[in-house]
This record gives sequence, C-alpha cells and structure tokens, in this order.
Amino acid sequence: MSANGWLQFAAYSIVLLLTVRPMGTYLARVLGGERTWLDPVLRPFERLIYKLCLVNAKSEMNWRQYAFAMLGFSAVSLVVTYAIERLQNLLPLNPQGLAAVGPDLAWNTAASFTTNTNWQSYTPETTMSYLTEMAGLATHNFWSAAVGIVVAVALIRGIKRTKCPTIGNFWVDMTRTTLWVLLPGSVIYALLLVAQGVPQNFSHYTVAHPLEQPAQTQTIGQGPVASQEAIKMLGTNGGGFFNANSAHPYENPTPFSNFLQILSIFIIPAGLTYTLGRMTGSPGHGWAVFAAMFVLFAAGFTVSYWAESQPHPLIHGAQQSRTAGASGGNTEGKEVRNGIAESALFATITTDASCGAVNGMHDSFTALGGMVPLTNIMLGEVVFGGVGSGLYGMLIFVVLAVFIAGLMVGRTPEYLGKKIEAYDVKMSMLYALIFPLIILSITAVFVLSPNIGLSSLNNPGPHGLTEILYAFTSGAGNNGSAFAGLNANTWWYNVMLGWDMLCGRLLMMIPVIALAGNLAQKKSVPPSPGTFPVNNALFTTLLIGVVLLLGALTFFPALSLGPILEHLQLHAGQLF
Amino acid sequence: MHATTAAVSEKEESLHFDGAVPPAPQSEAVHSIWKTSILFTLVTAVLLGIGYPLVITGIAAVLFPHKAAGSLIMKDGQVIGSELLAQSFTSDRYFHPRPSAAGNGYDATASGGTNLAQSNAKLVQRIQGDIDKLQALNPGKPVPIDMVTTSGSGLDPDITPDNAYYQAPRIAKTRNLTEEQVRTLIAQHTTGRDLGLLGEPRVNVLALNLALDQISK
Repeated sequence: MSANGWLQFAAYSIVLLLTVRPMGTYLARVLGGERTWLDPVLRPFERLIYKLCLVNAKSEMNWRQYAFAMLGFSAVSLVVTYAIERLQNLLPLNPQGLAAVGPDLAWNTAASFTTNTNWQSYTPETTMSYLTEMAGLATHNFWSAAVGIVVAVALIRGIKRTKCPTIGNFWVDMTRTTLWVLLPGSVIYALLLVAQGVPQNFSHYTVAHPLEQPAQTQTIGQGPVASQEAIKMLGTNGGGFFNANSAHPYENPTPFSNFLQILSIFIIPAGLTYTLGRMTGSPGHGWAVFAAMFVLFAAGFTVSYWAESQPHPLIHGAQQSRTAGASGGNTEGKEVRNGIAESALFATITTDASCGAVNGMHDSFTALGGMVPLTNIMLGEVVFGGVGSGLYGMLIFVVLAVFIAGLMVGRTPEYLGKKIEAYDVKMSMLYALIFPLIILSITAVFVLSPNIGLSSLNNPGPHGLTEILYAFTSGAGNNGSAFAGLNANTWWYNVMLGWDMLCGRLLMMIPVIALAGNLAQKKSVPPSPGTFPVNNALFTTLLIGVVLLLGALTFFPALSLGPILEHLQLHAGQLF
Repeated sequence: MHATTAAVSEKEESLHFDGAVPPAPQSEAVHSIWKTSILFTLVTAVLLGIGYPLVITGIAAVLFPHKAAGSLIMKDGQVIGSELLAQSFTSDRYFHPRPSAAGNGYDATASGGTNLAQSNAKLVQRIQGDIDKLQALNPGKPVPIDMVTTSGSGLDPDITPDNAYYQAPRIAKTRNLTEEQVRTLIAQHTTGRDLGLLGEPRVNVLALNLALDQISK
C-alpha cells in the first residue's frame, strides 16, 4: 500500500461526495415530473414516445399494474434480444460475418442483459455482430438501468404517499429516466471516452503488420465501443464490448478513463440516496443511508487494497514490493497503467454496485482480495449498489433495521411516519431470503456434479469452489463479474445461470413493488418519543450491522470453505 | 426543500407525487400493457440501439478521427499496430512487453488473462520458471514482477519503468548504444500518473521500440 494509493481513494471519495447532491436533486426533479433545463429539448420527444407507444401519461398504476408492466416489458425485450442474436447472420452490420448465436448461449445472454447482469459466457469479439451489440445488448443497458431506477423511485413514492392506491406510471418513469438521465449522460460520457482513446467506428477489424515480424499479422477487433462503454458503466451494467472488459486498453485506455468509469458506476446510486431524502422530505435520512454505504465501501477497499499489495509467499527472486518505478504486489491479471490501487478500487466498486465490469481478473486476485468482490455481492449489492436496485435493496434492510429496533423497545416500528407491520416485514424477508436460497442451492447442485459442474473449472482446490460460488452469486446478484476461468459456456451453466439471473432480478423486484404499494396506501402517523430516528449515527450503525449480519450468517460457511481456506493453505505453503 | 414549492405545472398535478393531490383514475388494462411493452421496446430500440451509436460515431469521427479509428500507427503505408495495444516482440533488439494470455499471445480478437489462482501450482511454476531464467542471465537482480505476470487483457501496451530499465543493458549491448543513451530514451517515454495522481507511471513498449529504431537501425 502507498500514500499515493490512499490519495487516489480520497480523491475519488471527495469527487463522488460532490456529485451526490446535484445528481440526487436532478433525479428527484426528473422523476417528480418537475421542470428541468433540458425540458425544451426533450419534452417533444417525450410526448412523441407516449403517442407512439399508446401511453396515457396522466393515469397512474397500482402496484400490481406497475409490476405487471415491468414484467411484460422485460419479457418482450428479452424475446427481441434473443431473436436478434439467433438471426444476426441474416441481419446487417455484421462485417466479420459472424454466425448466429446458439440457443443456450442466446438465452443466457438475453436473460443476462434483461436483468442488468451482463454476465457474458462468450468472447464478444468473435461472437456478437455490431448490430447485436448495439440493438440487442446496449439497448438493454439503458432499459434495465431505467427499470432499476423506476422501481426504486416507486418505493420512495410508496414511503412518501399516504392513503394512495397508486405508485406512479411505469411507462412515464421509464421514458423520463431514459430521456433525461441515461441518454444525455451517455452522450457526454461516450465523447469523453473517445477523447481518451476508446474507438467508435463500424469498420472491419484492422489487420496490422507488427514492427518486429510484419508477416505475423495482428487482427485488431474494433467497433462502436465508446457508445456502449458509456451506458455500460453509467447503468451499472458491466457487459464488455471485448472479452477483457475494462481491462482492455480499447475500453479503458488511461487512468483518467478508469477514474471516469468508477465514478460513473456510483454516480447515480449515490445520488439516489439524496433523492430518497429529498422526496421523503427528510434529507438527514438520505445522508444516514449514504453514510452506511460509504463505511462499507471504504472497508471493502481497505481489505482488497491491502491483500493485493502483498507479495506472493511462494515466489522468490522478484521485486514484489513497491518501488518508485513499479507498483509491485499481485500483478497477475492486472494492467500496468492501473496498478494495484486502481485495480482494487475498481473491483470493490464494481461489486458494491451491480456493475460487474472488471479492469483486472478477479480470478487471479489473492484469496482475500478476491473474497471482497464476492462478499460485496453476497451482501446484496447495497453498498450504493446497482442503479435503483442498490437503493431499494438497502431500503429493505432499512425496514428490517427499523423492525429490529422496534422489537428491542417493544413498540410497533415506524419508518418515516409509516407503521411497519407484518405484511411489510414479510415482503422484506422474502426479498432477503430468495437471494441466498437461489445461490446456495444451485451452487450446491453444481459442486456435487462432476460432469456438469466441476468439469468447467479452471483452478483446483478451494479456489474451484469459489469459482462456482462466484458465478451463481454474480448471476443472482445481477452483477455479471466473474472468476472468469470457469468455462460457463456449456449448456447446463448457460441455462441455469439464465434462471439464476432472472430469479435474482424479477422475483426480488416483485416484493419490493408490493411493499411500495402497501406503504403507499397507509396513513401517516406523527412521530412520538418512541419513534426510532432514522437520520443519525445510531441508525447508520444499526443498518450496517443488519447488512453484515444477514450476509455473514448466510454465506460465512461457504466463504470459509472457499477463499478463507485457500488463503490459510497458501500461506502454509500448499499449492493445488 | 420539497417539490411542491416549485412552480406547479399541469404535469405535476397529474403525477401528484407528494401524495397531496387525489389519485387519477386507474386505466391500463392487461392487453394494453402487452401492446405498450412491444411498442415501447421497438421505439426505444431504434432510438437507443441505432440512433444513439450512430450520432456518437458521427461526432467522434469529426472531433477525434484518429482515436475513434483505434489509434492506429501507420508506417510506410501499412498499419503496424495500435498505440493502445501490445504486440509481440521477442528479439533481443527490442524491449519486450509483458507476457500475454490473449489467444496464442497478443491476439487482439481474443483479449483476456490466464485467470489462474494464486494458489494454482501452474501459475507459480510458470512465474518462478521465468524468474529463474531471467536470474540466470542477470544474477542477483530482482525481477520486476510485471515482467513475469500476464495482464488482464493480454494486450497491456505498457511496462513499468523498473521493467524497462531492467531490459536496458540488453538493448544497449545488441544495438551498440551506451546504457546511458537507452536510459535517457526510457525516461523520455515514461508517462507519469494522469493529473499527477491517477494510476501508475508507465512506458509504452511500441512507442519506445519505434523511438529505438529511430536512433539505431
């Protein structure tokens, strides 16, 4: 570890903090239907979309209609992407003449991008045509991000509204999120990325004649990378245009582009904490939630940065500690320009959020350094989290924290003026239980199956268990990062990971929307001396405790057999 | 600060997001949800999947033509590579990039790392083997670790300054240059941290080798 590394962390944190209020205010204005400075340009497009799509912007939906619209839209867009993949050989914008994608892989990929996961079982450069990337995959980067945001906002409305049967209009929320937030953000961001060196073209792959041996040509894969890269990060999607994702110099050419990328992962989720405070009229609560997230983020980075800076205990004769001219540490699977600090920071942020982009290979991280991303996902990606999904996930933990506080003092718990009753706690617990249930049960089946599970492993020993565990955790958590040595492009992995991702997304969203609907129709009770305040350090501490407790209790046994065992054995001199 | 304090438009009334205005009648029958799902998917797919990337491509081609085309380097009318991507160098006359796990090495259509775990004997044997070879040629000099580890992309265009200086004596010998000349060249081609803060100092191997060819054929 070095002073410079900590300085980079500090600079990142300060810049992030400065964006929270403006971003959160803007989001609240957009989703509240208030006037913004982009209105003159965007209102005509908004009206046009409503007209073309037969949306009655003045009507609102109850929670069942809202959930059904979300499910219907997800189903239709999934089918469209599946169709584009299967037919890409017949469609335009395929200069490399790539073949149609096979059925199991097309299913896996369609499910993956619909659910904001962006798990990739394939090598994009040699599998997906430019049209598939743009119209089949990058579109989902907008859609799934917007779906996450609108569900979070529906929940905020549920908290705020009283005796109201509706929680908003799904189509209006989707349209406004896309037009006002994701699209303009991506346009500016994509151009910044091109300025840093990210390609944006529709050319054939270039054949280069290298300096030393011109006869041994190098074929250079390119494409419309920057436009996809922008929404990939801003929407916490994470699906790379290239196999190496943000480790690829074309996706992430400079440390500055790297800084933009990690900032863009957190900018919307962090802003949404402020949106929560503003829309519910209790800014202190928004900041208390922000504080809990920030503490967990800093803790994750500290462990990861420390672990990745350590020398390998069994390698001798190399300069593994830091010098003025080299970062040292664990450089396998990491890029020189990023070094250890930016790689550890990226890995922490991409899994705190549900992004899943990587700028280094998590599979080659140290045992403990790689446990940080895995644990982040297991905690439910509530440390800022995916766009929208991070906030509604954290709000579930908030409900549970308030409930536990209520139990301690023996009163009916209240949250921002709403009584938290049996139905609300049931929905929250449903959300909290579906997640580990999917992950642990599917992982157990694959670990016990030599032919369908273990045959895909790239690493033996406890690390092999971690590879499988990571895959299904990443899928259900809609993260999409991987211990990428695992060969997941098999029929069984493709199909089961597809279901893993869909359950982890849609099954968990329904209780959230139901909770929103139930809270919206309640009456408001004035705060009393027995009300547990949700805007102070005590609340923040309790919230962190609940997040850690649920995650630790559920997943610690699995972690102890994977990364923890690997760490102990490696430092006892044992290789596999 | 609450939203209702802002100017009230027709839209705000209809959205009544603060809960103060009575709800509008619920419509949206089931069949209209399917219809709207299909229409919304198609309309926004054209906007986001076709319109957006085409607009970015157009602007990028005007503002940053070299970078938008992949930062390609031309020499004698031929593309020799990209500033941003590593390519293979094996002879003693050139600086070597980091080892690559992309395809069969430096394959720019198959980027990726080894994904080998720290506890995998294959990884430790490979790294230790490479270190031992280098140690046999340069006894007693600790090997910069980036020299013997593969990058995440397999296309890392950079090496650390330590790595470049480690290779300097070999280059000086094969090219009949003084070590000082080579070290000066490395220093000229070392890029510092972005904004003096971000990332790590680095040396672009292809740029360095092109410069090397300039001063000694």
